[in-house]
Amino acid sequence: MQRLRRTMMFVPGNNPAMMSDAMIYAPDSIMLDLEDSVTMAEKDAARLLVHNALKTIDYGNIEMIVRVNPLSTPYGKKDVEAVVKAGVHVIRMPKTETAEEVQELEAEIEKVEKEIGCLGRTQIMAAIESTKGIINAYAIATASKRMMGIALGAEDYCANLKAQRTPSGDELLLARQTIVVAARAAGIYALDTVYSNLNDMETFRKEVELIKRLGFDGKSIINPRQIEIINEVFTPTEKEIEKAKTIVAAIKEAQAKGSGVIAVNGKMVDKPVVIRAEHTIELALAAGVITKEEL
Amino acid sequence: MSTLKDRMADIQAQAAKMNKQVYKGAENKATTFKKDFQKESPKLVTLEQAIKQSGLKDGMTISFHHHFRGGDKVVNMVVDKLAQMGYKNLRLAASSLQDVHEPLIEHIKNGVITSISTSGMRGKLADAISKGLMKEPVIFRSHGGRGSAIVNGDEHIDVAFIGASSSDALGNACGFSRSENAKSICGSLGYAIPDAQNADKVVILTDDLVAYPNTPASISESYVDYVVEVESVGDSSKIASGAIRDTKNPRDILLAKQAAKVIINGGYFKDGFSIQTGSGGASLAAVKYIRESMIEQGIKASYALGGITAHMVKMFEEGLIEKLIDVQSFDKVAAESIKNNEMHKEASANEYASKDEQGSATHYLDMVILSALEVDVNFNVNVLVGSDGIIRGAIGGHQDTAEDAALSIIVCPLLRGRIPCVVDEVTTLITPGSSVDVIVTEYGIAVNPRRPEIAERLKKAGLNIVDIHDLAKKAKSIIGDADPLPFGDKVVGVVMNRDGSVLDVIKNIEG
Repeated sequence: MQRLRRTMMFVPGNNPAMMSDAMIYAPDSIMLDLEDSVTMAEKDAARLLVHNALKTIDYGNIEMIVRVNPLSTPYGKKDVEAVVKAGVHVIRMPKTETAEEVQELEAEIEKVEKEIGCLGRTQIMAAIESTKGIINAYAIATASKRMMGIALGAEDYCANLKAQRTPSGDELLLARQTIVVAARAAGIYALDTVYSNLNDMETFRKEVELIKRLGFDGKSIINPRQIEIINEVFTPTEKEIEKAKTIVAAIKEAQAKGSGVIAVNGKMVDKPVVIRAEHTIELALAAGVITKEEL
Repeated sequence: MSTLKDRMADIQAQAAKMNKQVYKGAENKATTFKKDFQKESPKLVTLEQAIKQSGLKDGMTISFHHHFRGGDKVVNMVVDKLAQMGYKNLRLAASSLQDVHEPLIEHIKNGVITSISTSGMRGKLADAISKGLMKEPVIFRSHGGRGSAIVNGDEHIDVAFIGASSSDALGNACGFSRSENAKSICGSLGYAIPDAQNADKVVILTDDLVAYPNTPASISESYVDYVVEVESVGDSSKIASGAIRDTKNPRDILLAKQAAKVIINGGYFKDGFSIQTGSGGASLAAVKYIRESMIEQGIKASYALGGITAHMVKMFEEGLIEKLIDVQSFDKVAAESIKNNEMHKEASANEYASKDEQGSATHYLDMVILSALEVDVNFNVNVLVGSDGIIRGAIGGHQDTAEDAALSIIVCPLLRGRIPCVVDEVTTLITPGSSVDVIVTEYGIAVNPRRPEIAERLKKAGLNIVDIHDLAKKAKSIIGDADPLPFGDKVVGVVMNRDGSVLDVIKNIEG
């Protein structure tokens, strides 16, 4: 089964209390941040904290990601070294604009991995936060075999676009769709930007429903309170689950008989329908609305 | 036909037979306008007169309630006066003590107070007592346990000093005032009712002396010997704020949701259930989720018990809870509600939680959510002594409700900062594990092996059920092993069980 990445929770890399219990909220991924949530004066201390958190705290099956400082800053390379050595699963690159930047990061990762003998362990995801980045989205998505996903960073992108953020998100539509199309073309994950108004859960839910319709796999979040809503929206309905189960069962039966195409309830079922059905079941399993035994 | 005169011999004979006097004629009738006459009530005296007339002597027991919590002014006022009047060697029997009672330290040092019983204590007083300030150990009792002890004579009260937000000159007293001059409000006077009913002498102190009759009254004039008018009995703002507080702390929300799921799936969430919850952030938030499920499933509660909060009042007003039984009002909304709504019933500590009273409300309680400072692998709970060995809490109704409720739920984070809260053995035993059914932590829910059916139901509902030993191990793996606490040899506190037996002792802490 592929990994679910509905919720990627930001945790400031300079906050030991939050780092020590972030797993209790059960996000799909935890992203320890060394970039924007850490002031310049604390960059070194935070790097040390994040290194030790990754090495000592039991995060269970949660995917661990670290957002490093750009390689163009004095901190970027040190961040990469510290977190690769600590066994991070994914490094998130901020403000990615070109494929070359991804390759530059890849070279840094490889250097460290070779040194400690774990070549190929670390994945990369790129946050695209500018118009140039959006134009280069596919090139970025395919810049390395380590690419796990691409994400939208809406604040910087909007500033660059010279547009205002609105609740409807019209200004982000092209960027969002570009990210999803590029990610799918590259066979990697598409992740949406954060929603920062914690007092407006209704608009937040609408935004989550929108990005689900657009095809995103999930969203970056800034507070555990946002997890439940995303999981609810991304959890298939009973009807969807039943339909998916029927399709998967039918295709298994057909495969056993050596037939590739089948019909369910009079409709032809081909590969894309099966893929969607399998994805529905994965989401339902992850949300705990069905169990493996039931299947 | 016989006249009165003719019958006099018979009257005298009958009186002698009954060992009674013969009626000698009435005194002069009081003809003053009665509203003015009230002011001549012989009960209406100064504090000093009340103390003198009560017959209080050195070595006797005085009692107080804690309905004003951190805003209480009565304990310090009365003990200051007693010190001034030269009293020594008194026993102070309080329903609980707070930070504000720090001045007692001086009175203990000067020998005015030499013995204390209470539900709990906090702040500098608790700190000093933990370090061995007193010769006599402090006796800690639950609210129900205190009520029983007062009735059965284990805790005999010579003079009760009861702060009230209103009283008439005869002693009909309430924890609120119906007059325009109301200065304070604390709502229920439940903890003071056993004192009023059983003390040898009862003094009401009030900051709003109102016209007779101040009825319906929490404490009836028939129990009251003296009424003392004072400037202020308490600062109501220190009970709690008036508004409903919704926690934003994600950990509290997580714990609350888990606790609510235990309530909803534990087997007792049926029409007509009864419930008590605490006033902590997680407990309050849990009520919010329970409410949503009650509406969704069309379930109503027969009563909510205990420290009543604004959340409970809201559900009561919505018709989701039929009755409120209130031994202590946790906020101003609750205090106002008890004043205005007769279905919001004030209960004495005995009606609330006494083990000896068949009709106490805890006997008919289905579920309770409680907090804890520490729990251990045997489900024992400590709510009184901190992990540093210093007293910093209160038994409250913990023992009473945990033992009586059909399903008792303790909400307790695994870690508070670097303090583990699930441990191998609690620092002090307050509520025995035999009373505790479920422990909710952010790392999973532990169910007492005595209740396999509850574990089964919760598992079926998809909750993360874990072994309590694994939680303790988890805490240890994160925090490491703590050094043993530097306890000395002196017993500074005795923890009573609600049935009057001795559960544990608290030793002095050094340093």
